[in-house]
Amino acid sequence: MLTAIVFLPAVAALVLASLPQLSDPVLRRAWVAVCAVDLALVAGIWIADDGGGGLAWEEQVRWIPSVGASYHLGVDGISLPLVALTATLFLACAVYSLRETTRTRAYVSLFLGLQAVCLGLFVALDLILFFLFFDLSIVGMYFVIAGWGHEDRRRAALTFFLYTFVGSLALLLGFIGLYLAADPHTFDIVELTRQNPLAGRGLYGGLTLLAIGLGFAVKTPTVPFHTWLPPAHTEAPAAGSAILAGVLLKMGTYGFVRIAMPILPEAWRRYALVLVVVGVVSVLYGALVALAQQSFKRLIAYTSVNHMGYVILAVGAAGTVAGSDVDARRLAVTGAVTQMVSHGLITGALFLLAGALYERGGTYDLDEYGGLAARAPVFAGLTAVAAFASLGLPGFSGFVAEFQIFTGSLGPRPIATALAVVGILLTAALFLWALQRLLLGEPRGKARGFGDLTGPETASVVPLLLLSVAIGILPRFLLGTIEPASRVLVDLVAR
Amino acid sequence: MNEQPLALLPELLLAAGATLGLLLGLFLPRGRQWLVQVLAAGACVAALVAAIAAAGTTEVVYGGSYAIDVGLATGRIVVLLATLLVLGISAATVRAHARETEYYVLVLLAALGTIVLAGASDLMLLFAAYLLASVPLYALAGFAKDASGTEASLKYYLLGAYLGVLMLVGVTVLYGVGRATAYGELAPNLAAAPGGAVAVGVVALLAGLLFKIGGVPGHFWVPDVTEGSSVPVAAFVTTVPKVGGLIALYRLAAEVLPAAAFDWRALLAVLAAASMTLGNLAAFFQESVRRLLAYSTISQVGYVLLAAVVADRAELATRSLLFYTGAYALTNLGAFAVVAALPQARTLADYAGLARARPLLAVALVVCLLGLVGTPPTAVFFGKLGVFAAAVDGGYAWLAVLAVVNTVASLFYYLRWIARAVGEGPGRHEGGGWAAATAYGIAGATLLLGVGSGLALDLLSSGTLIR
Repeated sequence: MLTAIVFLPAVAALVLASLPQLSDPVLRRAWVAVCAVDLALVAGIWIADDGGGGLAWEEQVRWIPSVGASYHLGVDGISLPLVALTATLFLACAVYSLRETTRTRAYVSLFLGLQAVCLGLFVALDLILFFLFFDLSIVGMYFVIAGWGHEDRRRAALTFFLYTFVGSLALLLGFIGLYLAADPHTFDIVELTRQNPLAGRGLYGGLTLLAIGLGFAVKTPTVPFHTWLPPAHTEAPAAGSAILAGVLLKMGTYGFVRIAMPILPEAWRRYALVLVVVGVVSVLYGALVALAQQSFKRLIAYTSVNHMGYVILAVGAAGTVAGSDVDARRLAVTGAVTQMVSHGLITGALFLLAGALYERGGTYDLDEYGGLAARAPVFAGLTAVAAFASLGLPGFSGFVAEFQIFTGSLGPRPIATALAVVGILLTAALFLWALQRLLLGEPRGKARGFGDLTGPETASVVPLLLLSVAIGILPRFLLGTIEPASRVLVDLVAR
Repeated sequence: MNEQPLALLPELLLAAGATLGLLLGLFLPRGRQWLVQVLAAGACVAALVAAIAAAGTTEVVYGGSYAIDVGLATGRIVVLLATLLVLGISAATVRAHARETEYYVLVLLAALGTIVLAGASDLMLLFAAYLLASVPLYALAGFAKDASGTEASLKYYLLGAYLGVLMLVGVTVLYGVGRATAYGELAPNLAAAPGGAVAVGVVALLAGLLFKIGGVPGHFWVPDVTEGSSVPVAAFVTTVPKVGGLIALYRLAAEVLPAAAFDWRALLAVLAAASMTLGNLAAFFQESVRRLLAYSTISQVGYVLLAAVVADRAELATRSLLFYTGAYALTNLGAFAVVAALPQARTLADYAGLARARPLLAVALVVCLLGLVGTPPTAVFFGKLGVFAAAVDGGYAWLAVLAVVNTVASLFYYLRWIARAVGEGPGRHEGGGWAAATAYGIAGATLLLGVGSGLALDLLSSGTLIR
């Protein structure tokens, strides 16, 4: 079943790429249809989920037995929400792109391929398989930015590729370290988690965690490894940005909870403070730099650094076992996973809206616009809703996530958590200021002649925000899935 | 003594093919010399069948001078397949050339020399194989008789002759202190020999092998020959001799060099580090695609040498080296096939707009270049994974880290090429035919070999090296 979910988009990409007689509108509709079917399959898995916290839908096939790698897939309460998020965001991007795209065949194939890669990463239970999808996601996103980006795309794409590739190779070294430590040698995540191969080997464990942590920190990204993010986002096309922020960034944080925490619990506990500090610095630095941005898109990009910082803070706090309550740590992990989903939905929506803005005005500069509320009420309304959701207003998913993160982290790491709360104030300030500049006042500059959102654009953004509201008001359907898995994870870290 | 000629069937078939080809070429009119190509391909296929049939055997034949084991089996199969692919790339370049026959005969002889290099288990045979694998290539490098080809040929020859003499010195010294040339007797004797003399002998011996594999410091010919000779010849000299040379070097490290006499591991580690680093740095701002590929092959050799450094202490080393060698040969030939398919395009700028004009060829190029970087699921990734893991396992983690840093650096110049190919602009995209078809086939094959690496690695780990 998971194989079908992962490879359906890939097969569709090959089929669509090899049928030259299809016209562009047909291609775009076929793309939407494939994404919808894939999302339906994921929804089916979610409904059938028993909420036991263990792995479900496992598939394992021998692949490279001589190096202990197998084709091993499975989902649990941590990966399933991210799989669902991936399928949802790709569908939103497909709908968003219904309006117009250049070189449609290549674009559609590339996005479908990227979708397969992203889904595969979240269900992979083998380090080599994980690394394969991790690397291919970089390759796919490189071509999205280089092929369909704005003016300075080539440099941005190169920076993105080089930076994240450094991260991925650090990751590979860490994986090799885990492989060699295990007895018998294996790349299987489940087996490695069971073995806990580096227990009692301080330096080795520390170095392995360093390599793995570096790889995921670049991808997340945390300060100081975030410098590739703003140019990549600024130059990427809207749908590419939405996927980059919504899905690809989650690969970093997901890697922490899937690989680093359960396989290296001892090292994780020892160096939890580093994670907490990095998280808090990311929160504050991301928010402060976002405050200084003129470009709407760079602003959203930096709030991503801020939002991912909360996740890092929470997983760091979850590693602070001594003198903390197990319930608090569970809450922190649940909050972290909720934040990944929430950030994906909200930031995905914000980047699609930023794309609509660029489409009409040809620039992301906030000062070029003004009074859009009068010209384009739908755009203004949705942007306002997305901004409020992003700053963590109660009633939206961001609030549920951040509330749990703060409550869970306060016990283990009170000072850091207190500092991170300042980040909320900063984000609130910067979003309100940006909304004021963009939407309020008399229409001026590029706002003259600004057309409101088209049908496909609205249809792509609204469901994302509706889901955010649904999680904000009725979080049980999501938390009920995450909580059993975070309970298992917290126990694994504490052993 | 174990002297059955049938054990050498693949080698004999190649030699027969070369001889028959030469005779046939004497009688054929120029327009029909393509028959020699058919004959050459037939000889390769027949030898390939024989090599595959013999792949399971492990024995030393002819007085301990020739080891038939997993190393030779891999060498045979990879060299023969690579030679067949080069024949596919060559078709357009040498068709109806005045010396078409000679071209194919020289290719066959060089392939034969390379195979013997991979199987040699005796210093004397190793040197003979070195000559047989080198001399035909000197002629091939200058085959076009133009200025750049002549210069390439001369440089190649001079360096090869000089390092060959050094290699002979090494053979002499090792014979002197080891009192034997066959590895089986040499290895135990060397363990008791004075370390300094062994070191001198090994360093001199390595000179010739480093020349063959194009590793630092025997690499100076690589860029000139790659750019100066025709594309198929460049593809051949940067791919096929490396296969034999690397297996020969690995065989020495794993089976002959004494663990205690002197620290040859550190020597190989420095050579590996120098090869990958210098190759990458030199490739950085190359505008000529052939020079770029030339330097990339130098850096690739550095990665493979990682496995040789830990040859006798990491369980993964043998199969990783053999797999990497095959994967590299395939991927490198794929990149050269794309270059051969676009004879007008000599610089990176000439590739602009390739994705628009020739989408399939662009895909093949991207797959092969990302393959050389080591992106999964292409074959080279699994080779790299293996040699990195072997290096860490053998206590050379710093070397693995350096290799990783180099991989990132290499991404930069491969991406410059990819970015041009997928970017906009007027390029020079004429050409195609056999070379393009070969490129598509190889690009697909690198992916298949990557996904099927489990099967290949299983086969490789079922055999062992002997001396």
